[in-house]
Amino acid sequence: MTATAAERQATPSGGLVVEDLEVSLTSRPVDVVDDIDLVLHPGEVVGLVGESGSGKTTVGTSLLGYSRAGALISAGKVLLEGRDVLKLPWKEVRQLRGEEIAYVPQDPASALNPSIRIGKQIVELMELRGIGTSESRRQGARDGLAEVGLPNDDEFLKRYAHQLSGGQVQRVALAMAFLPKPKVLVLDEPTTGLDVTTQKMVLDTMAELCRAYGVSALYVTHDLAVVANIADRVAVMYAGQIVEVGPKETIFAHPSHPYTRALLDSIPHLSQARALRGIPGRTPAPGARPDGCRFNDRCSFAVDECRREAPALRTIAPDHEVRCIRVEEIGVWDINRGTVPDADPDRQRDVILSLEGLNVFYGRKHVVHDVNLDLAKGEVVALVGESGSGKTTISRSVGGLHKDWTGIVNFEGRELAKSARGRGAEDRRRMQYIFQNPYLSLNPRLTVEQIIRRPMELFGLAKGKPATDRVVELMEQVALGPGMLYYEANRLSGGERQRVAIARALAAEPDVMICDEITSALDVSVQGSIVALLEDLRKQRGISMLFVTHNLALVRSIAARVEILQAGRVVESGPVVSVMETPREEYTRKLLANSPSIG
Amino acid sequence: MTHVATLQDPLEEVAPPRGRSGAAAWTIWLLRRLGLALLTLWLVSVLVFLATAALGDPVRAILGRDYNSNPGRVAQLEAQLNADQGLVSRYFSWLGGLLTGDPGTSLANQQSVWDQISDSVVNTLVLVFLSSLVMIPVAFGIAMISANYRRRRPDTWIQTVLLALAGIPEFVIGILLVFVFSTSVFHIFPAVTIVSPTGGPPWESAKGMVLPIACLVLAVVPYVSRIVRASLLEVLDSDYVELARLKGIPEPVVMRKHALLNAIVPGIQVIALQLAWLAGGVVLVETLFAYPGVGRQLVDSVRNHDVPMVQALAMIIAAFYIVVNLVADIISILLTPRARTAISS
Repeated sequence: MTATAAERQATPSGGLVVEDLEVSLTSRPVDVVDDIDLVLHPGEVVGLVGESGSGKTTVGTSLLGYSRAGALISAGKVLLEGRDVLKLPWKEVRQLRGEEIAYVPQDPASALNPSIRIGKQIVELMELRGIGTSESRRQGARDGLAEVGLPNDDEFLKRYAHQLSGGQVQRVALAMAFLPKPKVLVLDEPTTGLDVTTQKMVLDTMAELCRAYGVSALYVTHDLAVVANIADRVAVMYAGQIVEVGPKETIFAHPSHPYTRALLDSIPHLSQARALRGIPGRTPAPGARPDGCRFNDRCSFAVDECRREAPALRTIAPDHEVRCIRVEEIGVWDINRGTVPDADPDRQRDVILSLEGLNVFYGRKHVVHDVNLDLAKGEVVALVGESGSGKTTISRSVGGLHKDWTGIVNFEGRELAKSARGRGAEDRRRMQYIFQNPYLSLNPRLTVEQIIRRPMELFGLAKGKPATDRVVELMEQVALGPGMLYYEANRLSGGERQRVAIARALAAEPDVMICDEITSALDVSVQGSIVALLEDLRKQRGISMLFVTHNLALVRSIAARVEILQAGRVVESGPVVSVMETPREEYTRKLLANSPSIG
Repeated sequence: MTHVATLQDPLEEVAPPRGRSGAAAWTIWLLRRLGLALLTLWLVSVLVFLATAALGDPVRAILGRDYNSNPGRVAQLEAQLNADQGLVSRYFSWLGGLLTGDPGTSLANQQSVWDQISDSVVNTLVLVFLSSLVMIPVAFGIAMISANYRRRRPDTWIQTVLLALAGIPEFVIGILLVFVFSTSVFHIFPAVTIVSPTGGPPWESAKGMVLPIACLVLAVVPYVSRIVRASLLEVLDSDYVELARLKGIPEPVVMRKHALLNAIVPGIQVIALQLAWLAGGVVLVETLFAYPGVGRQLVDSVRNHDVPMVQALAMIIAAFYIVVNLVADIISILLTPRARTAISS
């Protein structure tokens, strides 16, 4: 450790060095993150990757000497040009924030002040610090907006955040961070929630600005695919510690920590279908982390020694450090592990659900135009498009949740009523809807058992003891232990909630499931295990699925057919292999080109 | 300007704010709100009239036991109240009188109602205005201090005191104030408002105004402070406040510009409700300090069965409620860009 520390001291000026950083809770002596060593060389983008709860955001804001309420930075150094940010008087820290170390927030929609015009927000800091004249500041804001590819006339400067789209807000935040010409940039998942085209634009802008101004950046994200496209080096975090750090190429070609490998195994590729795998268990919360190696309870390579002894970061190759005692013993990793053949495009199809000439309206607004598609038994059809393309609207209309539509929805040759209320109980039972946000789709006051039982009682499938037995059985199928039977939904993690939602849909013994972006709010590892679960259900029970997503790589691994939507119209459709290998439409090609991918 | 990327992506197009039709849209919106306010006021007038003149015989109600023994007075009252006319025509002649500025004649002393109440209306408005002038900054200041120290000792203390104040009826506060500042402990302020013999307004003696105002401020500040503190705390937890701090904005500026501006709207709504309540309902405080205001006069009029006075005062209080709430709504919308731009586009 000491040798590497000395080596780090020798890093050129500019850049930033983090040493032995530790953040703990104020209420209990519990570490949120600890033993964090990180170097940002000038002009370098370092990706900090981890699941939710790994402490990556905590590390990100620590670089600015900031911790959220309830936590405090308890030890360590953050060295910027020889000064320790954490030791500076708070007035100087504030001076440093924004001007030398800038922060780009996570959620574009909520991070700009809703009642201050963006032109004023961009220059606010410089105005307070008295940098430049009001004219030069205004010009700076204009130039900054032009750099991120936004209009910069007076009309645009006078807008409020709610008058911009998600991608525009995020680029305004980038322009604002870059305006005082900082030396270090911390980006906290700045593209979560943006669709691929906008994400690509924001990432390209960011990379360009970092190169142009020699800014070092820490890019915090849970999305390895994004990191693969923009980072120079990657640090993988698990349960408050960095478990592996190295150059991007090394991390993706020779991942050495079992956790890194498991993460990579759970990521879908654009170029090839994969059998995705999740990581069993869940990220332990601060205070509940296991002794020894913190990953030992979820690791398939763990031996007794892993449970006894906390491993330290070891250098296994130049610039490649791993926190695992068995690195040499666990063999090599192959990116093609888990690759499976694509769904057979010539498979015999037995159509169960078909849409003919579907037009959907919101009041007088015509949002979906003349959509035709069909779904066969035991098949997954993906609806893909950017936000606003009408994919969710179509699935809501099919599910009978939105009734302002014209056209025909045929279910086994029978025409379905427009709204779910108009459909028979049998039709409603056989078609189940799973929602995007598992935090909103489960009643927080009901227990898991009550939630899963409800459809059985509603449709008269089972009651009393047999119903409870069936709940346990279903929970087993979605990999939830019977111990959670009496938990209320708000005690569960996002992934567990989504499993409960899937079990609830399965309880009705459906033939068709409509899955509306069901993995987009979840970590990649959880997404991996949910996709694996759906694949099993499809194979074993022959359930058909309409799978709504904006993630093309995921489509490759899960679907047999894909419908590409743009502005409410299907622009291209067909078997996944042919659409993704030989796209005919310009729009499809653009989507594919913009999708971040490691494969 | 520069032809940068915006048009590459059709999804980036968000309707720009419309400046052109903005003024027209605002006028239409304002006219609609005014129309609604007038409609409300008209409904109030129907209710007030029904409650005071139509339920039972007003003359019998006014005279009570004298009704049978004094036929001359009965005839006089019936003539004055137009009791021989139908309900509807009586209502419309009353409404017409209100609209033309002649709300009738007081039954108690046969003077014009308008002459009777104009002074007390002005007195009450002055009292409410001065109280709000003190109350609003104090309430917001306390809320900001409290939110700044959230859940630490100063905040706990402030919240305890506010809750206690909110729990004490306002006349008890008044009695305590009189006890401390004018009778038993200190003798700084007079215990009652002194109306000069020449009939000048009560605020001629500034000292006499201090205790009534203090009493009203103490009665209202807890509600406003607690609401503003609650919305401030919510805003202080928001992402944009965190970003402002991470941007290096000094804490006082964060509080003033980023937090308060977004937390002010619920406060304005509560202030409006409290001001309206002050205008109509602080009978006890006005009585305690012998302040010649609307509340006291209303109680006197009810006691005297002075129907025209009660009607006129009720209408004035209702009108004040409606105006204050309308103003609060307009201010709220002006301070919320999302609502503001929704109207102008």
